[in-house]
Amino acid sequence: MSAPTLNAPTHNPTATDVIADRETLRLCTAGSVDDGKSTFVGRLLHDTKSVLADQLASVEQTSADRGFDGVDLSLLVDGLRAEREQGITIDVAYRYFATDKRTFILADTPGHVQYTRNTVTGMSTSQVVVLLVDARHGVVEQTVRHLTVAALLGVKTVILAVNKIDLVDYSEDVFRAIEADFTAKAAELGVDDAHVIPISALRGDNVVEPSTNMPWYPGPTVLEILENVTVHRGRAHDLDLRFPIQWVIREHASDYRGYAGRIEAGQVSVGDEVTLDYGRTTTVTGIDSADGPVRQAVAGDSVTLLLADDIDLVRGDLISGPSRPESVRRFHATVVGLTERAVKAGAPVKVRYGTSLVRGRVAAVDRVLDIDGVSDTEAPETFGLNDIAHISVEVAAELPVEDYAARGAVGNFLLIDQSAGTTLAAGLVGHRLR
Amino acid sequence: MTTALSTQLSPHLKDLENESIHILREVAGQFDKIGLLFSGGKDSCVVFELARRAFAPATVPFELLHVDTGHNFPEVLEFRDRLVAETGARLRVAKVQDWIDRGELAERPDGTRNPLQTVPLVETIAEQGYDAVLGGARRDEERARAKERVFSVRDSFGGWDPRRQRPELWSLYNGEKLPGENIRVFPISNWTEADVWEYIGARGIELPEIYFSHDREVFQRDGMWLTPGEWGGPRKGEALETRRVRYRTVGDMSCTGAVESDASTIDQVLAEIATSTLTERGATRADDRLSESAMEDRKKEGYF
Repeated sequence: MSAPTLNAPTHNPTATDVIADRETLRLCTAGSVDDGKSTFVGRLLHDTKSVLADQLASVEQTSADRGFDGVDLSLLVDGLRAEREQGITIDVAYRYFATDKRTFILADTPGHVQYTRNTVTGMSTSQVVVLLVDARHGVVEQTVRHLTVAALLGVKTVILAVNKIDLVDYSEDVFRAIEADFTAKAAELGVDDAHVIPISALRGDNVVEPSTNMPWYPGPTVLEILENVTVHRGRAHDLDLRFPIQWVIREHASDYRGYAGRIEAGQVSVGDEVTLDYGRTTTVTGIDSADGPVRQAVAGDSVTLLLADDIDLVRGDLISGPSRPESVRRFHATVVGLTERAVKAGAPVKVRYGTSLVRGRVAAVDRVLDIDGVSDTEAPETFGLNDIAHISVEVAAELPVEDYAARGAVGNFLLIDQSAGTTLAAGLVGHRLR
Repeated sequence: MTTALSTQLSPHLKDLENESIHILREVAGQFDKIGLLFSGGKDSCVVFELARRAFAPATVPFELLHVDTGHNFPEVLEFRDRLVAETGARLRVAKVQDWIDRGELAERPDGTRNPLQTVPLVETIAEQGYDAVLGGARRDEERARAKERVFSVRDSFGGWDPRRQRPELWSLYNGEKLPGENIRVFPISNWTEADVWEYIGARGIELPEIYFSHDREVFQRDGMWLTPGEWGGPRKGEALETRRVRYRTVGDMSCTGAVESDASTIDQVLAEIATSTLTERGATRADDRLSESAMEDRKKEGYF
């Protein structure tokens, strides 16, 4: 350790100071069946001291009841009875843990092929994705599928945790081969911040605690990366203002009329000129936040905008900056199928884009992508569960759509079943991946 | 009673507040008749505070709904009524006792009325025609809740089917439903117990006084300190004694235990939680100890 410099701060941060600066990181874990993902998440929670005595006691008891040797940490995260009984994960589960530097919201997604829709769900809110592979099997079809979904959604930071490295005798050769394979695939898909780490979730190597079994690996643990990776909030900030109106707040006594919503992209200041539909413009005269009036607000902020002109705006309308997307009745999109029922070309649907909900139809299914990139299916009649497809969407009312960007700050939508109300597909404007 | 930790929210709390306000405004935008489940507990107090900030300067466009087990702490009911009077909120109370009096619900042998809340809740939702009901449940509370959506579709029986849940992507919430269905919405899904307390401190939110350390006559049952009352305690052989305690959760008196504590300010409560070795439900909720899947089973029947 180097000697302290003369101007080093002497102030020791108190617990409250640390908490005051703490940021959130949202991440997602994914892997195939038997990659030990639940054990990995259990290890992460356990070693960051996020598991309390009564939870651990319950897991120890269940482990003993089932005749396991030692504590099965995966039981910490399998929430539903069917999952515990069958030893599988059915649904996305959300976990929370914190270190002095950051608090983490972790979406834990199941690994079965038929549950890929849950991976899309978990990744859609994530800044970082952790993929698991079994060191004995290396990068498999499912890994590439998950990496492809990460690339589709625009997640730039992906950590590959090469698990069960103890079962290949902590072999550097095995690790380096997997690393090379994965890094090449990540680069191909445009995932530019890829990390590969050898771990044993069961034994605790390199998850939170550095391993002493792999002197050939001097790199960071999984937690070290999660604590230090740059939180990419900047991309959404750099875009033009997008403010879909959620609700109009009216208060008669004070003649108050404000447009409530969240800034999905860009930023806005009092005095800015903003653009509405039909080329209309007006000026922002005030911004009310949860803390009262502010001069400026940025992407992610839930605020209420006050405008200079008395214009008839309602929920579903978009307030934007000067480069407002053109309103259209038809657009291209990439979708991920989320329901058992196949969606046919011509099918009537509802489209949720921002805060608007409009009737529409799947005008055409242009292509179902082959995840391995070998042979796409051209002009199929339908797309189904887990399919990633290029489609054309037609809507009954004009929508100001634009290409998907900044991990869904703009250009994301849902296709909804017109009668049952179920979510049929997750949509990204534009033909992506090809 | 409440000392603010700081007036500035940490980036983490700001992030959670932004998310919750966005969810509350989606509810206002997507539904017609909305109820906000309000028990006077800290989580429902936080949801109510967020709602007030989300719609200011207008009043909150929801009705408060309290399912009163009849075994509530008097301090909490007083707090509830005072808050309603001060804020001009509308409150509807569904009393479990009314269902028992009509012979539609039977008292349980153990005297616990928490599981009896489900029927009055589901029937009140149907009778009042609520198409959305907001609750303060958090995913960090319990394993089955960790799998709950922010917008959770319930059938006309209020039942939760974990295999029928809608995938929830980005921050696009799908509130579409069939006639008879309703949506339960959990705006503070992503908050932890510590987040709730930090926020209460930072925003200076008032809570029922039983959350803070006080001297109370209690007796011990199944390792928990319970308050005596008409609900059926203490039994023979259970000795009353005075202890310095506070409550970590607020529910039916028959199944909500106090913890021994000297924490009388929010800072002290936070320090206590940080060193606690038990989860809040493990420490204080007898109803979750009924079985390994107690919460999952109750949710399937229509519980929150």
